[in-house]
This record gives sequence, C-alpha cells and structure tokens, in this order.
Amino acid sequence: MPAVSKGDGMRGLAVFISDIRNCKSKEAEIKRINKELANIRSKFKGDKALDGYSKKKYVCKLLFIFLLGHDIDFGHMEAVNLLSSNKYTEKQIGYLFISVLVNSNSELIRLINNAIKNDLSSRNPTFMCLALHCIANVGSREMAEAFASEIPRILVAGDTMDSVKQSAALCLLRLYKTSPDLVLMGEWTSRVVHLLNDQHMGVVTAAISLITCLSQKNPDEFKTCVSLAVSRLSRIVSSASTDLQDYTYYFVPAPWLSCKLLRLLQCYPPPEDGAVKGRLVECLETILNKAQEPPKSKKVQHSNAKNAILFEAISLIIHYDSEPNLLVRACNQLGQFLQHRETNLRYLALESMCTLASSEFSHEAVKTHIETVINALKTERDVSVRQRAADLLYAMCDRSNAKQIVAEMLSYLETADYSIREEMVLKVAILAEKYAVDYSWYVDTILNLIRIAGDYVSEEVWYRVIQIVINRDDVQGYAAKTVFEALQAPACHENMVKVGGYILGEFGNLIAGDPRSSPLVQFNLLHSKFHLCSVPTRALLLSAYIKFINLFPETKATIQEVLRCDSQIRNSDVELQQRAVEYLKLSSIASTDVLATVLEEMPPFPERESSILAKLKKKKGPGAVSVTELEDSKREGGELNGGGDRGPDTAAMAASNASTPSPSADLLGIRSAAPVGAAPASAGSLLVDVFSEAGPIAPSAAVNDDGFLRFVCKNNGVLFENQLLQIGIKSEYRQNLGRMYLFYGNKTSVQFASFTTTVSCPGELQSHILSMHLCTKPVEPLVEGGAQIQQVLNIECLTDFSDAPLLNIKFRYGGALQNLTLKLPVTINKFFQPTEMTSSDFFQRWKQLSQPQQEAQKIFKANHSMDTEVLKAKLLGLGTALLDNVDPNPENYVCAGVIQTKGQQVGCLLRLEPNAQAQMYRLTLRCSKDSVSRRLCELLAEQF
Amino acid sequence: MIKAILIFNNHGKPRLSKFYEHYNEDTEQQIIRETFHLVSKRDENVCNFLEGGMLIGGSDYKLIYRHYATLYFVFCVDSSESELGILDLIQVFVETLDKCFENVCELDLIFHVDKVHNILAEMVMGGMVLETNMNEIITQVDAQNKMEKSEVMCFVTFINQCPCLDICSMQGHCFAFHTASASR
Repeated sequence: MPAVSKGDGMRGLAVFISDIRNCKSKEAEIKRINKELANIRSKFKGDKALDGYSKKKYVCKLLFIFLLGHDIDFGHMEAVNLLSSNKYTEKQIGYLFISVLVNSNSELIRLINNAIKNDLSSRNPTFMCLALHCIANVGSREMAEAFASEIPRILVAGDTMDSVKQSAALCLLRLYKTSPDLVLMGEWTSRVVHLLNDQHMGVVTAAISLITCLSQKNPDEFKTCVSLAVSRLSRIVSSASTDLQDYTYYFVPAPWLSCKLLRLLQCYPPPEDGAVKGRLVECLETILNKAQEPPKSKKVQHSNAKNAILFEAISLIIHYDSEPNLLVRACNQLGQFLQHRETNLRYLALESMCTLASSEFSHEAVKTHIETVINALKTERDVSVRQRAADLLYAMCDRSNAKQIVAEMLSYLETADYSIREEMVLKVAILAEKYAVDYSWYVDTILNLIRIAGDYVSEEVWYRVIQIVINRDDVQGYAAKTVFEALQAPACHENMVKVGGYILGEFGNLIAGDPRSSPLVQFNLLHSKFHLCSVPTRALLLSAYIKFINLFPETKATIQEVLRCDSQIRNSDVELQQRAVEYLKLSSIASTDVLATVLEEMPPFPERESSILAKLKKKKGPGAVSVTELEDSKREGGELNGGGDRGPDTAAMAASNASTPSPSADLLGIRSAAPVGAAPASAGSLLVDVFSEAGPIAPSAAVNDDGFLRFVCKNNGVLFENQLLQIGIKSEYRQNLGRMYLFYGNKTSVQFASFTTTVSCPGELQSHILSMHLCTKPVEPLVEGGAQIQQVLNIECLTDFSDAPLLNIKFRYGGALQNLTLKLPVTINKFFQPTEMTSSDFFQRWKQLSQPQQEAQKIFKANHSMDTEVLKAKLLGLGTALLDNVDPNPENYVCAGVIQTKGQQVGCLLRLEPNAQAQMYRLTLRCSKDSVSRRLCELLAEQF
Repeated sequence: MIKAILIFNNHGKPRLSKFYEHYNEDTEQQIIRETFHLVSKRDENVCNFLEGGMLIGGSDYKLIYRHYATLYFVFCVDSSESELGILDLIQVFVETLDKCFENVCELDLIFHVDKVHNILAEMVMGGMVLETNMNEIITQVDAQNKMEKSEVMCFVTFINQCPCLDICSMQGHCFAFHTASASR
C-alpha cells in the first residue's frame, strides 16, 4: 500500500491548485491568487472561529502560493496557533509553515518557542521530532538561547527513542553552527562520541555529522572519535553485503555512513596507535581492492555508491600523504577513472588528481597520465570537465613537461570557453615564467599569449614580461626582435602595442643595426598603430618616442614633427597634450647629455613575488596555489631576477599622477607618491627614529586606552583630557604613509616644565618587525599656561601589525612629576584604500578567501545606536568602500578595501549583519592575511 | 552541508524549494531561476556536478542534480559532501517518493507539497542527512500517515463522495519514474 494515498487530502486546496494550473496567463494566475489571498485573509480575520481543518487548509494554500513566488505576509499567527493543537496533522502543518516561512518577528518566536518547549517535554516522540525539526530549520539565536542546554540532554539521555536521538543530534549541530557560543561543552560531549558505537545505524548517521563539526572546532576534545570511527568503518567495510540489511544500498553496505566516517578521519592526522592505524590501512586496502572486483550489479547506483566510498578513501590517503604504497595505488585507480565512460567519474578523478599532484610521493605517478589529461582538455564535451583538466595540467606541470603543457594550454586557449580564459592566461603566464629555462621561450610564450587571447591578458601579465626583460640583459635583444616581428601583423592587440612600445623604446637600439629594422622603420611601425589605440597606450607610445630621440638622434626631426602636429600638441586629452608639449620642449631645449641622463634606460626592478601569482591567488583563492608552489616560485623568481609589483606604467603614467613640472620624473620612473612620507628637508636633522633610541620605556601608570577605540573609525578628535592636559589629534593617511598631528593643550594657568613626549612601539612591534616606522619631532620643554603646542609624527606602515604605539608624556606641574602613557590610535585600518567592486566581484573574491584562518567572525551585542546613517558613517570612517547592492539582504553592509603596507597589500572584505531585534551584530572579515582578519575583527567589534 | 534542495520541472516551474540557510523571498526565487538556467542548458550526458550560481555562493558550492523525465532534482552542497554520495541521496529520495506515492508523478508533488516536505524532513534536517535507509523513512511516513488517517477520517469520506475531482485526467504530464533505468 502506498504510504500516501492519493484520494485523501483537502478538496478546497486541490480545487485551488487546479484553478491556478488552468490559468492561461500570468495575469490570470495573479488575479486568482489575489482573490484567494483576500478570501483567506477575511477568513482569518472573521468573527467565526476556524476549526483546525480549515486552518490547515488555508495554511496549505498559503504554502502553495509562497512556492509560486508570492510574498506571504500573514497567516503566521494562525500557523502558530496550529502548533498548540493536539492533532498531529494540524501541528505538523503549523510547523511546516513556520519552517518554510521563517519569520524573525520576535513576538512570534517567543510563542513558537513556547510551543516547542511543550512538545519537547511531551514525551511523544513524533511531537518531539517535529519540534526538533523546527529548531533545526529556523536555527535562530532566540531558539539557541532557549534550547541549547536542553537538547544535549535529550541527545544523550538513555531513554530517548532512536528517531528522537537522530533529530536531536542534527538539531544540536545546527545550533552549534549558528550560535557556537551558546552550545557549551560539558559532560555530554564524551557521550556523544560514543554514539559512533550505537546499534542503530540511523543514529550513527546523524551523530557523525555532529561529531565531525565538533571535531573540526575542538580537535583535541574529540580525539577519541578516531579509534571509534576506524572500528566502525572496519566493521562496515568487512561486512558481507547483506549484513546491514536496510542500510545496504544496491549491494553496497552503508555507503553514506562510510563516506562520512572517512570524512571524519580527514579532520585528524594518521592515528598514532599502531593497531588502529593498521586496521585503518587494512580498510583502505580493502576499499581499493573492491574497486577491482567485478560489480555485483550492473545498475549505475551500485557503482555510484561503491565509487563514492572509493573517492573518500582516496581523499583520506591524500590527506595523510604518508603511505607511498597507498598513494600510488590511489593514483593508478584515478588513472583508470580518467578514461571511464562515466563523465562523473572522469570529473571526480581529475579533481582528486589535482590534490594528488602536490604530494611528493605521487607527483611522478600523476605525470604519467599527461597524455590522457591533454586529451581530455581537447575532447571533453563538458566544460566542467575541461576546466578540471586544465587545473590538473597546471598542478602536474614541472620543469620536465612545462614546454609541452604550456604549448597545449596555449592551443586550447584559442577555443577555450570565455568563462575560463582569463584564468587560463594567468596560468600559462605563471608556468612560462616559473619553468623558463631560456628566456627567449618565455618571451615567445607571452607574446603568443597576447596574440591569441589579448583581451584576457591582464595588466599584471604584460607588466611582468617587461619587468623580466628589463632585468635580464641576455634576453633584451631577442625580445626587441620578437616584438618588432609581432607588431608587423596587420592587426595586433593593443596589449602587444604596449609591450612593443615599451621594449622598443628601451631596447630598440639592439636591433637597429639591421636595415630591415632601422630606427625609422621601428618608429613608423609603432606610429602606424598609434591611431588605433586608447589614450593610455598613446601616452605610453609618446614616451617611447621621446626615448627614441635619445636612442636615435637621426629620428629627432621626424618625431618632433609628429609631436608638433595639432593632433598631439592640441589634443583634447590633457594627458596626451601635456606629454606632447613637454617632450617637444625637452627634445629641443635639453643638451644631449641632459637628454641621455633623463631618458636613461630603466633600472632593474626590485625583486618581489610575481604579481601574476598574486593575482591568480586572488582569483582562485589560496587553495589553488599550494605552499610548495609558492616556495618554488620564490626560488625561481630569484633565478629570474624577477621584477616587482611596480608596473612599467608607473613610469609612463607618473606625469599624470603628479603633474610634475619636469617630464624627467615621468621617464625615470620616480613614483609620484610619498609627498607625505618624505620628511621636510629642513627638519631632517631633527628627525628621531624612535627605534634607534631603544631605551626601555620608563615605567609609568597603566596605559590609558580609553580614547584609542574611539579613533578606529575617525581621524580627528580629542584623544585624552584631564584637569591639566588636553591632547587632540589630527591625522591623515595615504597608502602606507601617515602623518599625525598631536596638540598638547595646557588647561591650567601654570607652566608645565620638562615637558617630554616619547613614542615607542611595544612588544612585537619592536622586537619582531618594525611594523611602523615612526618619526617624531621633539617638542619644546616648556608649555606655558593656557598654551598649546604641536608635534608631528610621520608614520610608515611596513607590514601589518596589531599592537598600537605608545605615547608617553612626562612633565612637571607645580613640582609634581606627571607621567602618562596613552595608546596612539594608529590602527591597521588606517592604511585602507577603498575598493569599489560589483556584487559578482565581491562574492567571487569572498569565496576565494575561503580558508578558515582567513576568516574572522564575531557576534556581539550592539553598544551604540543601530541607526543606518550612523553605521554607514562608521564604516566609511573605517577607510573601506561601502558597497551598495551587493548583499542580497539590504539590511547588511559589505565593504571592501586594500590595506597598503610597504611590503605587501592585503585585500580585505567585510560583512556586517545587524539584527535590530536582537540588538546584535554578526561581523565577518575575510582578508588575504589571517592576522589582519583577526585584528580587524577585534578592533571593529568594539565599534558598533 | 546541504544548502538548498530544489525541484523544478523542465520549464523551470518550482515544485519544491527547501532552503537550509535563510534568504529573503526574492532571493530564493532568483536562486531558483538562476539554478534552473544553469542546469537546464546542460546536455544529457555531461556530468551531474557544476559550480553553483553566484547567488547561492559560486564555486564554493556545487550543484548536484539528476534529471528525471519532467523534473530536475537539484541539491546545492558545500565541499564537505561527497558528490557521488549526494547523487545516491537524490536517488533514495526519489525512490522513497515513488514508494510513498506509488509511481510518483509531477502532479503528486504539486498536490501534496506538504507530504513531500514531510518525506524530505525524514531524510534531511537543517541541511544535514538524518536517515538514508529507505525502509526506515517509509516506516516513519507510514506512521504519520496512520495518525493522520485516524484524525481526518471524516474528510476523506467527504472527498471520496465528491466525483468532480478526477486528478489523473486533469493534467497530462505524468512522469512515470522508472527508477531502475532513470537517466543517471
């Protein structure tokens, strides 16, 4: 007999549904729905009390309307009333309504909680399960507050029914996920682990999800689960397919539970106990062996279930990364799957192999499959699978196969899906650089890249090739020759023109000997592209032209003529016009020596991490680039004498930023930044580097940091005030530099004598790294009554930091020595540069910063007004860009910014979710550096 | 964790939506549309996994789906779930529906949304799997059904006396499940 017989149910509901389905148009449907909504509303409001059946019917109709995508803004009260019914059907539909249409109305939540409380204590297992389901579905904080202590009791109580235990386990898991602070560990925790031994497989199935989550957060406390999980797994794996009866799925014993057990084990390192480890290895071997046995059924479900376990076993083997024998077997197994006729298996095999490729034991074994993978890249019909193949090629690439892989990826690029081209370009660029044995190959590859997929070549990629060419003199001639040839194509990408302009401007002389590429030919070739290019490229070309005048005096007249023509010297674009005018003047006034000095060849770029790698990491999240790879790239980067983050355009564009009076700055690549950081020359001798003093800080009264937190989101104000002294602050920050003005006001009518101030950096700041470089100018020792003196502090942020510098002030007031130490409000967020981005960019980056340590989250009570405008002002004061229309929930705030330190840039994303009812916030930060996430989270949690 | 379970037909009409994380109604509808758009344009013999749409969380989440006759069953899951395991779970869900409704068809899902929710609730709770044993699930559903029967007896007789509602003849697209040969 079917469990649900089709005839019963509610007639009114069926009629309504068929009415809707018979509607010929959307309008008719909406009309019918509105009619029904009005009807239900009037019934609910009507004087006549509705019986349970009618209530149920109307609530069902509302559910159906909701599913069609219409807002339901009433009926909640009726649903809540149904909860207190004694009839199962009514209660059940009430809970269903609440689970589907969660409402954060606190009035209602209290009523719902009451009903849940009653059901939980009812001792009726069906009602208890309904209540537990409701808690798990809604999972709100109020519910956690009400039930977080009750549910563990139900879970471990001896007399609880199995089905209730199952529900309780998952309900507790849900509460732990939403409000970890409310679920307190206790006596129940040890008993939860033993649920792995429970006789009822369903209980184990539910409990294992809970235990996995708890183990991830508190690995030590739940360590005992390892041996229990191994023995459970071993019992399942070695059981005959009929032993587990109902839990046998298409002849595979308990596949779901096996997968979950293997996942749980992945939370821990290999077991230390030899016996346990032996048993586990045995299990893994059995699983691998079973894969080779003939299938017990031809049905796809059978192989699916079997392979689900197999893939989890392989993941565990890769996670342990310590059993060479198993690793190689795993690799061979995946190799078989690479050619399997099931697309799903090919997809998963490629995905798993990617992680396998980073293990030293199996890297070579993975490499043997290169042909198959290349073939997959070429012939797979499914883009998801091709994407995985490209990822795997990237992962398995090393010096021995780089040329082949890069060539294959290049040829794939020509037909690649648009969605993955940019990433492919980055990967090709990185591999080409990392494994370049000779630089002519590298230059060829990148130029090919620009030729094939110019639109997807980001700035980082062409900056990088220029950096490398500038830094390596053995490749410069070849590069000049190759770009010259590439530019001869009738249509070439603008990025090619940029690279060509830059390289010929620097090294055109190296190929000028050949009459086919004489100076004039070079110039004419470049200039023939000029009119097709955008303004920034034209600006770059103008700079190349003036460099030509220096390299080849014979081109001077021609170039001057070009510069002089109206389309340049009167160009409507200010930047181009300025360049034309300035270059023209420079070329006609300056002597050859001056010209040669000003237009000297670019100095080598400082060596830094490849900016492309950084970009790929940003794109794919750090998971995509393994640690070994990073170390590799550093080493290789050294060989390459690789350039810095500074793109060559800084040279070309400097004029626009700084609008320097002399064009020399433009060409020498002097950065226009740092007007703040540059110390005033006159004060040079007075600059005191606080670190050189290094004297221990005079012991003083406890550090006063009252004012400190008030300045996180603002730059100006009163930092400290008592009866004697007022200290005001004004500060400004730009990039990684800052300047702070301190104003000391004497509030008395008496003179302060021996007034001294010292700025020091405590703890880590001092001993570990000089995170901030502070320059202070000493103040006058006497402060007259009522007078105010000023002090300037120059700050440079070298790396991220979490402590704050201390300001110690000592002075004599009427003979008594006053000693005061304040925390200076220099916080990491001051070095924020706001970043505007679209919703899709935001979420993409958010996802990329997905490692647990990159995220910091805090849930806290509101200390200040939750007014929208106040919040916005604070978030803007923080220094980030406040992004509108990004978060699907308009109540939430999201911000993005980049912290600029001298050594690196740290991208930060922030999300603040206010809950006005609860007067709580949830703050989540994701930054490319974990210490920054943590620090920002600490700082900000005090602000709202 | 399972973030959402969606069922819609070949035309994108939602037949069941269950979100285990809170979104507002508009976003939920957008997610359903986006997911339908992503899934429906795929060929029949490509793999059953793809990256989630932007709204549901992009590449952090996978959409794992099966297509049965007129209906798509889509589970949106994070990386902690086994892809093949979820495929099996979908199969268990469908087979359970088939047993409970006796040759389930799209209409059953339309007219008995509450029942479908109940069955699903016996399998998945708060985004985690509660039970995978089909017989156990059916036993639970049966028990509930008995309780219901005893409570609504009077209405059933009422319905049965009413001839105007012949559900089976009302709409054409019955999708008989042949669970054994269901398209992967």
